[in-house]
Amino acid sequence: MLWLPHPVITTSPSLLTGCVALLCGWVLVGLAGLLRPGSVRFAGRTLFTLGAVLGLGLAALAGASLLSGGIERLTLPVGLPELPLHLRLDPLSSLFLLLLGASSFGISVFAGGYFREGEGALPGLLCLQYHLFLASMGGVLLANDAYGFLVAWEVMALSSYFLVTTQHRIPEIRRAGFLYLLMAHVGALCLLLCFGVLQGGSWLFTFHAMRAAHLSPGWAAVAFLLALVGFGAKAGLVPLHVWLPEAHPAAPSPVSALMSGVMLKTAVYGMLRVGLDLLGRPVWWWGLAPLILGLFTVFYGVLFAAVQTDMKRLLAYSSVENIGIVFAGIGLTIVFAGSGMKAVAALALLATLYHCLNHSFMKSLLFLGTGSVLHATGERNLGRLGGLIHRMPWVAWLTLIGTLAIAGLPPLNGFVSEWLLLQSFLFAGRLPHPFVNLLIPMGMALLVLAAALAGYVMVKFYGIIFLGQPREASLVRAHDCGLLERFGLLWLALGCLALGLFPLQVIRALGAVTGQLIGAVVPQGSPHWWLLAPVPARPVSYGPLVFLTATVAVVLLTALVVRLTYRQRVRRGPAWDCGFGAVTARMQDTAEGFGQPIRHLFQPFFEIERELPEPADREPRYRIAIRERIWRLIYEPISGAVGRLANTAARVQQGRISVYLLYSFATLLLLLAVALIS
Amino acid sequence: MKAIDWITQVLEMAVALAAAPAFLGWLNQCRAWLQNRRAPSLWLPYRNLRKLFHKEAVIAENASPLFRVAPYVVFGTMVLAAGIIPSMGTRLPLVVSADAIALVGLFAAARMFMTLAAMDVGTAFGTLGARREMMVGFLAEPALLMVIFVASLISSSTALPVITGHLASGHLGLSPSLAFSAVAFILVLLAENARIPVDNPATHLELTMIHEAMVLEYSARHLALMEWAAQLKLFNYVCIGFALFFPWGVAVGRFGPEQLLVAIPALAVKLAAAGFALALIETISAKMRVMRIPEFLGTAFLFAVLGLLVHVLLRA
Repeated sequence: MLWLPHPVITTSPSLLTGCVALLCGWVLVGLAGLLRPGSVRFAGRTLFTLGAVLGLGLAALAGASLLSGGIERLTLPVGLPELPLHLRLDPLSSLFLLLLGASSFGISVFAGGYFREGEGALPGLLCLQYHLFLASMGGVLLANDAYGFLVAWEVMALSSYFLVTTQHRIPEIRRAGFLYLLMAHVGALCLLLCFGVLQGGSWLFTFHAMRAAHLSPGWAAVAFLLALVGFGAKAGLVPLHVWLPEAHPAAPSPVSALMSGVMLKTAVYGMLRVGLDLLGRPVWWWGLAPLILGLFTVFYGVLFAAVQTDMKRLLAYSSVENIGIVFAGIGLTIVFAGSGMKAVAALALLATLYHCLNHSFMKSLLFLGTGSVLHATGERNLGRLGGLIHRMPWVAWLTLIGTLAIAGLPPLNGFVSEWLLLQSFLFAGRLPHPFVNLLIPMGMALLVLAAALAGYVMVKFYGIIFLGQPREASLVRAHDCGLLERFGLLWLALGCLALGLFPLQVIRALGAVTGQLIGAVVPQGSPHWWLLAPVPARPVSYGPLVFLTATVAVVLLTALVVRLTYRQRVRRGPAWDCGFGAVTARMQDTAEGFGQPIRHLFQPFFEIERELPEPADREPRYRIAIRERIWRLIYEPISGAVGRLANTAARVQQGRISVYLLYSFATLLLLLAVALIS
Repeated sequence: MKAIDWITQVLEMAVALAAAPAFLGWLNQCRAWLQNRRAPSLWLPYRNLRKLFHKEAVIAENASPLFRVAPYVVFGTMVLAAGIIPSMGTRLPLVVSADAIALVGLFAAARMFMTLAAMDVGTAFGTLGARREMMVGFLAEPALLMVIFVASLISSSTALPVITGHLASGHLGLSPSLAFSAVAFILVLLAENARIPVDNPATHLELTMIHEAMVLEYSARHLALMEWAAQLKLFNYVCIGFALFFPWGVAVGRFGPEQLLVAIPALAVKLAAAGFALALIETISAKMRVMRIPEFLGTAFLFAVLGLLVHVLLRA
């Protein structure tokens, strides 16, 4: 085991200054959009591309900071008097800034080609909201005091709220936006309280003071739970995920990509910052809450993804699933770190961070892919799509990479993080807590089951949109996406490939983060640069490059041999379909049909409303609606109670001046009485 | 890396390629004998493949390039998988790059390509087969992983040759956790390879078919590759079973050519026995309804998890 030296604190914060300058650049680009707010050419094409370049710069700076492993601090005299803005760039924030910069580059380039007339809001306004959103996420990652953090956090919530409600004329979108805003504020309230606990009586709200504060075990646990609820609401941890499947489909696709790919990760960043940094050494049983909730979220998310019929809702539930994996990883890290098993804790944390990186690339890719499909066809409903691989080959083939990656297939990136997480589950060793020892294999079983279900979901997603016959006549007119959009998709797909093929290089860069949070790095147990061997004591290894080369070689060799030996030509004919003839597009599985086995098997999870045709119906209709039971079990009672409480309180409001004077008089008397008694 | 390691590597893939159709032929022969029928020739699968390769391929008008690529990918992954499973020797150069989790991932990739290709033409049967295959897969895949994890925990590695080497060293008795996993593994093997009671390879009846529904649109060399890949998959699964539960005769440690020469007949004997056992299972069981399959595989998954829990409990 390698022990890292104490991180170097540099006096000249050059990288941090650069990052701040780039974030300000984003704000300026956004404001520039107001110069000619109606022009798609200027606000859309030019400014979004400029913003993308700034993102690339941010990724480069963050990458340099991550590789150097140093810590930079900066205090800016802005904001309230006596309350300057504290900023800090350390490995943890560098990693998430890198994620923000790199994936926002692809998304912004795509957005440059995506936004056009009639999106609802003016392009210039969208540009402002979009770049404010980007800059505020950067602000969250750089903030080194609770004020700055919460201000950036709120700007992030508000700017994304306006982006979600771009098409505010549609009532459902307004409702989705309201739900999002509500959940964001429930979360923010918990964070406010969390920071209140963390300052520990010193009334200093810099993170530096919070690290130094000594909390009693009870208060530390309270702070941890508040952070879990606050960040969990932003990340989409079940049961706080309800806004996610509403808000993601409502937003324009680049915004969905940004929210799902990057914004959810800021919540993960916050959880790691509070749980593993500000609170100091974690207690092992804290980890059980994120572990159990995370595992439940994984399973819940993937089940609901499997029964969706709207492609963006399906992806939103898939994001819930992936956030579950990340939180399970955080929980595992805390359980191990709190039990003093630093090596495995570092491995679990590594898998968690790796999965964040992976998810931001693959989910952004998929959301952008659905954006292109939506633009080309005007449909989000899977039941009206199909056969688009012929009309949109670029989108189809690039999306296939994202699909295979998120299904966790080697040698793409989704597999690497799952592999690492499974290794940390497998070789956890013996924990001093018998109950947890049994929990860990069961958690592993659930994780593996969910990973296989994710494959099911992705076959459904890809097969129904891109393969088969077009389910509507209008799909024949669908067109492939433009140049900028292709470039954005290509960037993200290449990111998925690179993260999958060069895990060792990524892990080396992530070492600074595990060193900072856990105090241990995952060692490289093999002498080869292409072979991943993270557990030195055990013969466990994975080499994606060799894997890919061998697969490609075998496949090409087969094709070559078959071609050389049997030079029979290929004839095109009508589909055979077991000789039934007259194959129509209506005979294919719909999204409902493809999800039927899952709906059937896991019925207790769903609230299903069916409308079945009668035998004598002249125009038979079949309709099925699936809702989450959570609405009826948790949210409707809460909203009902709030409504009743508000009605009761409203009785006090009579609207007559004499009654209000009576209230003041009674209050005065009460206060006098209190003063007399005390 | 010594020359013998590479020879073993190539030999394993070549033997799998060559013997997989014969294994299916042997299984069919045993089944015919057990059912009092006249057995087809052992070489029938070879003749079938040869016939298919010589035909003119017909593909549907609206098939995409994915449809034409899929047979090569599925076949290639199965050949590669044969190179990862230690059926004869444990010193395989490829294995450092692909452990058992990657092997399961490889199977999953083959399944994904196969189902996507089945959905590509857009016929009722194709999508039906794809949906059913994924229904089988989402339970069979985790069950297989859990089975492998039990063995991985016992031998503290996820690399199959290390597991085989550890289990073959023989200084551990029959562990109860492995017994649970063995039951789970047999159930998974039957389901994954479209055998009775999960699927019936001999019929084209829409109520029951899974695998056959997916390859309906293929013909000639594409169908030949798909069929050969299915035979390779069966062969690979049986070899995984040997590697985990019957690692006898496999050349372990630093071996020379003489151990390899012993390993080949040992594999042949084991395959013959396994083929007979599979035929026996298929003969005495009946085909299940499709919606009963998840229960069957759920049992397999639970057995595998139980094996894991038993391992953890006994170790504690």
